[in-house]
Amino acid sequence: MHPFDYTRVSDTREALNAGRRGGRYIAGGTTLVDLMRETVERPGALVDISDLPLREVTVTERGGLHIGALVRMAEAAAHPKVRTLYPVISEALELSASAQLRNMATIGGNIMQRTRCTYFRDVTADCNKREPGAGCAALHGYNRTHAILGTSDHCVATHPSDVAVAFAALEATVHVLGPDGERTVPFADFLLLPGHTPHREHALRNGELITAVEIPALPRPLRSGYLKVRDRQSYEFALTSAAVALHVRGGVIREAKVAVGGVGTVPWKLPAVERHLVGERPSDALWEAAASRAADGARPLAHNRFKLELLQRTVERQLRIVGGTK
Amino acid sequence: MIAGGVTAGSALGDAQAAAEPAPTSRVALTVNGTRRTVTVDNRTSLLDLLREHFGLTGSKKGCNAGACGACTVLVDGQRVNSCLTLTVRLEGAEVTTIEGLADGDELHPLQQAFIEQDAFQCGYCTPGQIMSGVGCIKEGHTGSPEEIRESMSGNICRCGCYVKIVRAVEQTAGRK
Ligand SMILES: Cc1cc2nc3c(=O)[nH]c(=O)nc-3n(C[C@H](O)[C@H](O)[C@H](O)COP(=O)(O)OP(=O)(O)OC[C@H]3O[C@@H](n4cnc5c(N)ncnc54)[C@H](O)[C@@H]3O)c2cc1C
Ligand code: FES
Ligand code: FES
Repeated sequence: MHPFDYTRVSDTREALNAGRRGGRYIAGGTTLVDLMRETVERPGALVDISDLPLREVTVTERGGLHIGALVRMAEAAAHPKVRTLYPVISEALELSASAQLRNMATIGGNIMQRTRCTYFRDVTADCNKREPGAGCAALHGYNRTHAILGTSDHCVATHPSDVAVAFAALEATVHVLGPDGERTVPFADFLLLPGHTPHREHALRNGELITAVEIPALPRPLRSGYLKVRDRQSYEFALTSAAVALHVRGGVIREAKVAVGGVGTVPWKLPAVERHLVGERPSDALWEAAASRAADGARPLAHNRFKLELLQRTVERQLRIVGGTK
Repeated sequence: MIAGGVTAGSALGDAQAAAEPAPTSRVALTVNGTRRTVTVDNRTSLLDLLREHFGLTGSKKGCNAGACGACTVLVDGQRVNSCLTLTVRLEGAEVTTIEGLADGDELHPLQQAFIEQDAFQCGYCTPGQIMSGVGCIKEGHTGSPEEIRESMSGNICRCGCYVKIVRAVEQTAGRK
């Protein structure tokens, strides 16, 4: 680990000042400390934001949810409003990491977590994300767990977060505070596709601080849930996953929100699947037909072709779990 | 003292690191009921503080990356991975390790249950398992063996004692 200066800030103004001077925010530290030890991350100064007042979950005026950036994963998962309004969020969180890590890690840090690609984590391997221009060892290396959607010739690493898949499905907004004040970024624009610049991963400008993630109100009743498929039953990242939310009224699907994880360079929204569902009546045949679109546009690598079918089946199964059948 | 782990790094970085003394901080925290004040290199993990500075070697270093749970301790009553916790952040914190669990000669009920259920072989994961089990019981995730297993999944046991570990947690939760 490289040496670093440390400051603990007590309000957002102090945080932004330290951030503008190049300090790196540390929340739970479960991504940052790990990557600093591997010397993948080498910040010269850490700015500890744990004392900032960003630790509340509130229901918005319209009936959505406002989740403070420093709310711990465990707290968000257990929060009664999260559980009742958006089970897909609490399920995604409960299926993430371990109880210890969920006690430490925050919502803001979670969406900012970096890929688990082993070549990215290994400073002796070629990685365009870590070192622009170095090449991508995963492209022709061992790439069983890598992405099949949103990839480029420069990077095929997945975004590993589970709850970010739920946020993508629900069309969340990220609240951000910078030197020029507040702004909001739609979740769809927050995490960036690798393209030619895989080292650019998110829409934050220098020194900007995430203050909250907001989930919009959706028509009720809303049924939602998260399914995660992985190599072991728990404490493992997703091979494939699906976040689904459905609003069914009068026996007809009026709203469908679907996104998938473990397969994309960013959490992957499935508008074609959503369009296929809206206006239809729930049935096994509908789930199957809609899910057949889940891997549209996928580009499998040498070792992850299995994800195409696994993804379709994951989506189909989760549509059936959330939507039931009649 | 520098936190362990992968030492690979650029030669330039290491040269820079050697050129200037690494920043340190003074931290006052409570460990197993005793208040301690230390000056540490900012890089020192809580795990290394406990093991290397305080001689509390019960907490184990398995992966040093959050992936095994052998280093689990309680910070302000909550189970966390001490390998991913920087000491410099712990001003005023209360830390409980496996060494602080027993009440004098009286073992903590979960320690006793691990013995009664024969819930270990080599014992390497055991301090972490027990500290995690204390957290699991406190959090109330003991409704069924399945719930315990899921809530304890952050602790790997290479000897495969999972069934008996779950029984030990179940036994202790039941007695409360
Ligand atoms: C063994 C292991 C298994 C895991 N399994 C899973 C899993 O199955 N699913 C899953 O989703 N995740 C998993 N994780 C990842 C874990 O969820 C993340 O490490 C965690 O959510 C990061 O949050 P943090 O608060 O610890 O972030 P930190 O490590 O503190 O920060 C991460 C990054 O975010 C930045 N940051 C943090 N907060 C803010 C803010 N408010 N504003 C601006 N920037 C900010 C930091 O500067 C840093 O760059 C796992 C991690 C480990 C170690
Ligand atoms: S040593 Fe901390 S989790 Fe493995
Ligand atoms: S008892 Fe040997 S690792 Fe668990």
